[in-house]
Amino acid sequence: MKSAILKTASSYLLPILLLFSIFILLRGHYHPGGGFVGGLIAAIAFVLHSFTHGSEATLKLLHTHPSSFIPIGLGVAALSMFVPMLGGQPVMTSLWFNEPFPVIGLIGSALFFDLGVYLVVIGAVLTILFTIAQYSE
Amino acid sequence: MELVLIILIAVLYAGGVFLLLRRSMVKLLIGITLLGNGANLLIFLLGGITKGKPPVIDSAAKLFTDIYADPIPQALILTAIVISFGIQSFAIVLLKRVYVLVNSDDLDDLNTPEEEDI
Amino acid sequence: MIDNTIVFPVIVHLFTAILLLFFWRKTLAHRIISITGSTIGIAIAINLFAKVWGGDILTMEAAGWKSPFGITFVADVFSSTMVLLTSFSGLAVSVFSAIGIARGRIIYGYFPMLHFLLMGLNGAFLTGDIFNLYVYFEVIIIASFVLITLGGRKAQIEGSVKYMAMNILASTFFLTGIGILYGITGSLNMADLSLKVAALENRTLVDLTAIFFIIGFGIKSAVFPLYFWLPSSYHTPPSAVAAVFAGLLTKVGIYALFRMFTLIFVPDEFTRTLLIVIAVLTILTGTFGAVIKNNIRRMFSYLIVCHIGFMVGGLGMYSEVALTGALFYLFHDIMVKTNIFLIAGLIRKLRGTMNMDKLGGLYAEYPLLSFVIAIVLFSLVGIPPLSGFWPKIYLFEAGLMDNQYVLIAAIIIGSFATLYVISMMWAKVFWKDQPTVEGEEALTDDFRPLSKFKKSLLVGPIVFLAAITLYIGLAAENVTQVAKHIAGEMKDTTPYIEAVLGTNETQ
Repeated sequence: MKSAILKTASSYLLPILLLFSIFILLRGHYHPGGGFVGGLIAAIAFVLHSFTHGSEATLKLLHTHPSSFIPIGLGVAALSMFVPMLGGQPVMTSLWFNEPFPVIGLIGSALFFDLGVYLVVIGAVLTILFTIAQYSE
Repeated sequence: MELVLIILIAVLYAGGVFLLLRRSMVKLLIGITLLGNGANLLIFLLGGITKGKPPVIDSAAKLFTDIYADPIPQALILTAIVISFGIQSFAIVLLKRVYVLVNSDDLDDLNTPEEEDI
Repeated sequence: MIDNTIVFPVIVHLFTAILLLFFWRKTLAHRIISITGSTIGIAIAINLFAKVWGGDILTMEAAGWKSPFGITFVADVFSSTMVLLTSFSGLAVSVFSAIGIARGRIIYGYFPMLHFLLMGLNGAFLTGDIFNLYVYFEVIIIASFVLITLGGRKAQIEGSVKYMAMNILASTFFLTGIGILYGITGSLNMADLSLKVAALENRTLVDLTAIFFIIGFGIKSAVFPLYFWLPSSYHTPPSAVAAVFAGLLTKVGIYALFRMFTLIFVPDEFTRTLLIVIAVLTILTGTFGAVIKNNIRRMFSYLIVCHIGFMVGGLGMYSEVALTGALFYLFHDIMVKTNIFLIAGLIRKLRGTMNMDKLGGLYAEYPLLSFVIAIVLFSLVGIPPLSGFWPKIYLFEAGLMDNQYVLIAAIIIGSFATLYVISMMWAKVFWKDQPTVEGEEALTDDFRPLSKFKKSLLVGPIVFLAAITLYIGLAAENVTQVAKHIAGEMKDTTPYIEAVLGTNETQ
C-alpha cells in the first residue's frame, strides 16, 4: 500500500497496540478483556504492519514464524491447567500467590492460562492470515 | 426485540440452507457462515434476553438481588464463534486449494471416478 | 465418587501433541514420541477401566465448580470402555503410521493432529456436559479436517470438501439442538438434563429437539439418508488416517447417540420407530453399496455404513438384550474396522493398488500374514466363534422378543451380504492368481525392500488388533458381562445421575 500516512502511522501504532494488548490481557481477570481479545489486538497490530510493509517485513520483525507461538502458548496454558492436579485439586482450579505484585496485582494460575491463550491466538491468527495472504499473491 | 431476532434467525437459517444447496463452493462457504451465525443468535435468544443488566455483582453486595442477564449463553456463543472462526478460515484455504487443483468453483466437478483410484 | 485423575486420558494426548509441536519437522522424534504417548495412553486407559469396573462411577468437577453448574467429567463403564478401545486403536494406528505415512505428511504435522484427534475422542467419551461434548466434537472434526486434507492429492482434496461440508452441517445441527435444549431446560449438564427433560410437560417440543440431535449425530455416524459423505471421502486419505476415521469417528457419533438417547431423551414409541426405520434403511443401502464396489476401501466404506445400522437398530429396540447386543457390536466394530483399513493400507504397500481386479496371489506369497487377515475378515463377517457372531445373537433375540421382523430380516441380509463381499474379496485378492499387468499400471512392491524392523512396524499393529478381536470373540463371556453392565446402566440411569449430582446434595 502506498499511502504515506498509513505507513508512518502503522510504525507508531505497532508498539502502542502491542502495549494495549498486554494491558487488555492483564485486566482480563476482573474486567472485560483477557487473553483472547488481547491476542487478537496484538495480531491486528502485526497485520496492520504487514499491510503497509508487506508480510515478509512482518515475518522478519517477528524473527520466527508465528506458528512457533502456538506450541509455546499451548504448553503454558496446559501446564497452568494441570498444575493444580499436583496438589490434588481438580483441573483448572485457580491457584493464587498470596502477595500482590507491583503494577500487575494479584497473580494466579488463571493469568498463565490467559497468557497461553494470548500466545496461541497471536500464533494462530497470524499463521492463518499469512497463509491466506500467500495463497492470494 | 425478540420478534426481530426470531425473524433474523429465520432469515439466516433459510439463507444458509439455500446457499448450501447451491453448486458453487463459495456459496457453500457463505452458507456455512450464515448457518453458524444463525445458531449463535438462536442460543442468544433462547437463553433469554435481559437488557442492560450485566451479570456482574456489585462489590458491596453479597448476592444478586435483581434479574440479570444469563452469562452462560454468552460464554457458549463466544466459544462457538471462536470455533467457527477456525473452521471457516480452514475452509477458505481448502476451497482455495481445490480451486487451484480442479480449476472450477462447481461442486459437480469434484468427482474423480472409481477407475482412477489407487 | 470424585476422582481427579479421570481426565488423564485427555491430558496424555494433549501433552503428547504439544510435545510433538515442539519437535516440528523432526520425523524420527515424531514417530518415537507418538508411539510412547499412545503406549502411556493404553496404561492410563487400562487403569481407568479397572477402577471403574471395580465399583463406582467416577466424576471430576473442573475447577471445583459443583455440578450442575461447572463442567463435569464422568467415567462410567461405557465411557471408560470406549476410552480403552480408543487407546488400543490409537496405539495400533500410531505404530502403523510410523512407516505407513509418507515423510512429507509427517513434516506437515500428521502426528500432532492424530493426537489432538485422540484427545478429542477421549474428551468426548468422558465429558458429562453437553456443550463440552460439542467442543470436543469440534476438536475432533478440525483435527480430522487436517488429517484428511494433509498431502493434498486431487482425489483427497475432493473427498475432504464433502467430508468438511457435511460435518460442519452436523455441528450446526448439534449446536442448534443444544441451544433449544438450553432454552427449554436452562441446563447443560447431562445428568441434570436427564431429570429436567423427563419432567417437561411439552413432549412435542422434546421430540422436536431430539430430531436435531438425531440429525446431527446421524450425519456424524453416517446413517441413512445422511451417509453419502462417508463412501465419497473415506477412500481418499492414507490408510492409517482412514483407519482412525473408520474405527472411531463414526463410532463417536454412535456413542453420542447412545448417551443422549438413553440418558436425556429416553426413546418413546415415535423415536424408537424412527431409529428402527433408519437402521433398516442404513443396513440395506450400505449392503447394496458394498456389493457393487471393486476398490477395497470403497467397499469397506459401505460396510461401515451397513454395520452402523446394526447398532442403531439395537438402540431402536431399546431393551436390555438389544442394548447389550448393540454395545457388543460397537466394541467389536471399533477393533475390526480400524484393522481392515490398516490391512487395506498393507495391501497397498504390497501391491501398490487397492483395485481388486488388479490384485491376487497374496495367499501364496504370504500364507501366515493371510491367516491373520483371515481371522479379522471372518470376525467382521461373524463366523462363530469369532467376535462378529455373538452380538448378532443378542440382536436376533431382542428382535424376536420385540417382534421386529423387518429389522431381523435386514440384519440377516446385511450379514449375508458382508459374507458375500468378504469372500469375494478373499477370492479375488488372496486366492486368485496374480493377474499380469504391464506398462504404466504395473504393480509396485514397497514392502519387500523394507528392513525387518520396518516390516514388523507395519504388520505388528494388525496382529495386535487381530489378537484383541480374537479375545473379544473367544472370551465373549467377559465382553458380554461388560456390555450387559452398560446396558443395565443405560436402562437405569439413577446411579449415573446420583454420581454426578448426588455429591452436590451431601455437602
